Amino acid sequence: MKPVNHKAWFLVAPVLLLVAISAIIPLMTVVNYSVQYVGSTGKFAWVGDEWYREVLHSEKFWNALWRNLVFSGVILAIQIPLGVLIALNMPRKGWGVPVCLVLMALPLLIPWYVVGMIWQMFGRVDIGLMGVMLRDFGYNYEGDPMDAWFTLILMDVWHWTSLVALLAYAGLVSIPDAYYQAARIDGASKWAVFRFIQLPRLGRVLTIAILLRFMDSFMIFTEPFAVIAGGDPVFLSTELKQTVELGKKAAMSIIYFLIILAVSWVFYAVMTRNDGEPTSADKARGGGA
Amino acid sequence: MARLDLSNIRHIYGPPGEGEPQYALRHVNQAFEHGGAYALLGPSGCGKTTLLNIISGLVHPSEGRVRIDGVDVTDKPTEKRNIAQVFQFPVIYDTMTVRENLEFPLRNRGVAAAQIKRRVDEVIEMIGLGALARRRARGLSADEKQKVSLGRGLVREDVSAILFDEPLTVIDPEVKWTLRTQLRELQRRSGMTMIYVTHDQTEALTFASGVVVMHEGQVLQVGSPKDLFEKPAHTFVGYFIGSPGMNVLPTKVDGAALRIGEYFAPLTSEPRLRGNPKLELGIRPEFVRLAAEGIPATIERIEDIGRHRIVRTRMLGHSVTALLQEHEPIPADPHLYFEPEGVHLYADSWRVELSGKPAP
Amino acid sequence: MKQGRFAWIVPALYILFLMTPIYWLVAMSFKTNVEITTRFTLFPEALTLDNYAKVFGDERWRSVFANSLMYVSLNTLISILVALPAAYAFSRYRFFGDKHLFFWLLTNRMAPVAVFTLPFFQLYSAFGLFDTHIAVALAHCLFNVPLAVWILEGFMSGVPREIDETAYIDGHSFPSFFVKIFMPLIASGIGVAAFFCFMFSWVEYLIADALSRNAVVPITTRLQALSQASGTDWGVLAAAGSLTLIPGAIVIWFVRNYIAKGFALGRV
Repeated sequence: MKPVNHKAWFLVAPVLLLVAISAIIPLMTVVNYSVQYVGSTGKFAWVGDEWYREVLHSEKFWNALWRNLVFSGVILAIQIPLGVLIALNMPRKGWGVPVCLVLMALPLLIPWYVVGMIWQMFGRVDIGLMGVMLRDFGYNYEGDPMDAWFTLILMDVWHWTSLVALLAYAGLVSIPDAYYQAARIDGASKWAVFRFIQLPRLGRVLTIAILLRFMDSFMIFTEPFAVIAGGDPVFLSTELKQTVELGKKAAMSIIYFLIILAVSWVFYAVMTRNDGEPTSADKARGGGA
Repeated sequence: MARLDLSNIRHIYGPPGEGEPQYALRHVNQAFEHGGAYALLGPSGCGKTTLLNIISGLVHPSEGRVRIDGVDVTDKPTEKRNIAQVFQFPVIYDTMTVRENLEFPLRNRGVAAAQIKRRVDEVIEMIGLGALARRRARGLSADEKQKVSLGRGLVREDVSAILFDEPLTVIDPEVKWTLRTQLRELQRRSGMTMIYVTHDQTEALTFASGVVVMHEGQVLQVGSPKDLFEKPAHTFVGYFIGSPGMNVLPTKVDGAALRIGEYFAPLTSEPRLRGNPKLELGIRPEFVRLAAEGIPATIERIEDIGRHRIVRTRMLGHSVTALLQEHEPIPADPHLYFEPEGVHLYADSWRVELSGKPAP
Repeated sequence: MKQGRFAWIVPALYILFLMTPIYWLVAMSFKTNVEITTRFTLFPEALTLDNYAKVFGDERWRSVFANSLMYVSLNTLISILVALPAAYAFSRYRFFGDKHLFFWLLTNRMAPVAVFTLPFFQLYSAFGLFDTHIAVALAHCLFNVPLAVWILEGFMSGVPREIDETAYIDGHSFPSFFVKIFMPLIASGIGVAAFFCFMFSWVEYLIADALSRNAVVPITTRLQALSQASGTDWGVLAAAGSLTLIPGAIVIWFVRNYIAKGFALGRV
């Protein structure tokens, strides 16, 4: 068990100070705006929950929220199974390992704006490889809103599936060989090995993957901004950017933040429900996380 | 139930590279008779786990053949060999209950439901986990988990052999004793072939009727516990088995006796040797007497271990250990005397059979 | 674990999928604008370095690269420096409110960046820091510090506490123990945390864009301005875009042996 030492606060103090500057003060500012009306002269007037009511009654807000949820749902449904499938088939030793890891991690380190740009250049019907190919196959790409959706989802899969794959790979290589040997002795099928050995062991990393992917896909802004330059489809983040009134913008931000917190918390609670019985490793760590 | 034959097994880990190959197994020929209780005994790194994995098919030998009942299974995968194996550290299926864990090997092989139930009930009873049968395996303690692993190894009735790879390492000493006795009991009753890997001589000698002693990738001796004690075929066996281990001293042959310095230790007959091997005298501490005459020695330390006393002496520059009964007197000016029936001659570490045949 | 003989096809196809759009970007960067807009060619017909020459020859392009690398490095440095002692405290001691604090730190990772752009602008303007490298670096700490604390805590918890005690018995003071003994032990963890800080700061666009105007224009802002202008110079855009891949690729190459563990944040 870890010793109790309240002086440890001194070690945490720099982090607190920094996060207070970069998180609490701005958040308080936003809360402050969300309950006031800012006039053209810079005067403030208390308006209570009026902005919130306006946002919650706006059809545009609900449409944007709905689009966000559909988008997050679709990309999770694609990226999680695809990432696991890739991880299962990645090499475990030899020269293939660093090659796979480095090439797969590459999209994760491309500035998000450039990701959007790459896909814009790739998808354009006049100069893009994909756009031109589709056009030559007789499909008029960029013809309707569904195409923009398709590009966004394809782009997100391209951009982020590696994160899921690398997380799952990390989980898979940590499974001791003895488990696979025991499964062979027990005559387990490939499916049984996946279902009863690999999947349970992936639980922890997949929790991280789903949480990160949900949060980031729900906050998506930069890439669609680059691909479609502000037009449809409108997500919460783009809606936010286009809102002019400061108070409304702030109220929307707060609602947005709360939704993400709530959904993340539900995900987290549901997925860690099975961890009720702590393992010895958790006990050793003292439940630090 | 079946007979296992290993012929000319060699194994090298990793790709065959340049330089001196590092053999995990150097040359193993070994038969395991139907219904036998065997122990593979040796220090860690001697190749015993590799040998076990070659039998079960988890490892494909670099050279040599594995036969079960005369049928060559070397190239058959584990699943097709009908062998059960229990590993050193518990392997359990976290998300299943204890009962489902035990059912798993049977279900995978399409055994009828009624038969699964009967068999699993028996095994749960045997390993004493009845109260936990419905619990998730994830929350069990380490030794409960290992019992589940053990149970999965025992649950299949029709296996050719059950292999145990130091299965009791993580289990409490008291429980260990009970479980080992139960395994032994089960083996006698069922007549299953069992091979038990361990580095603990007590475990090997109490479990097995046939002990296979291994060292540095080869089998040094196969025999009953009595054989290993009375006629260690290799100096390593003498040293490794018995506590304290056998004394080994450099020597020369002089007729029907061994010469150490200017002193002689008599042999039962005159040995015949080929070539010019390195000669050593081996004698277990049980056969070393402290007497008034013999080879002069100085006593360095006496350890009292209850009914015996271990006397560490120095004799002509070599340390020699003697094991004395509790009340046996220690002479003031001690000399060592070697009882002839306990004296063995080793040529290049291998025991020379004194009927006159040179060792291989 | 035995994999099928054709298992390699899955990652191979996936990598092909990843590389195709990147290839298109790089291929475009070696084409002339005439070739890009008038002919559809899979390979550059006349390989040209003009686009790169334009990027390197233009002071504005050079400065945006320098700006981005500057605030990213600053942010990585700050994040690691403040996260190290905090992670040590979380991994070694229990103290008043530790668990809540840890969880609260993590929730900051969930804060939608779009929400914070406006208050950030006002906050840093108030301190006269608007349009400086340090402002962007500090703002990125919002999501990087919690992440760094989390990763480092995972790695530190893997180091047995006995090592600390032995060091104190040997007469080390806390700072000397921390720098000379403890930090080398978690070097790979520091590498992984730095990698993630670098990654998230480097790829971020919204905050960097909102906190800069003239002095600290990040590369992505310039790319955006140019790609939405009329008569886009595709070749130069592709060349500049291709150059943004390089820092990431270099960083990945350095941490390639820790990627697997790093992506599980030291907690597999």
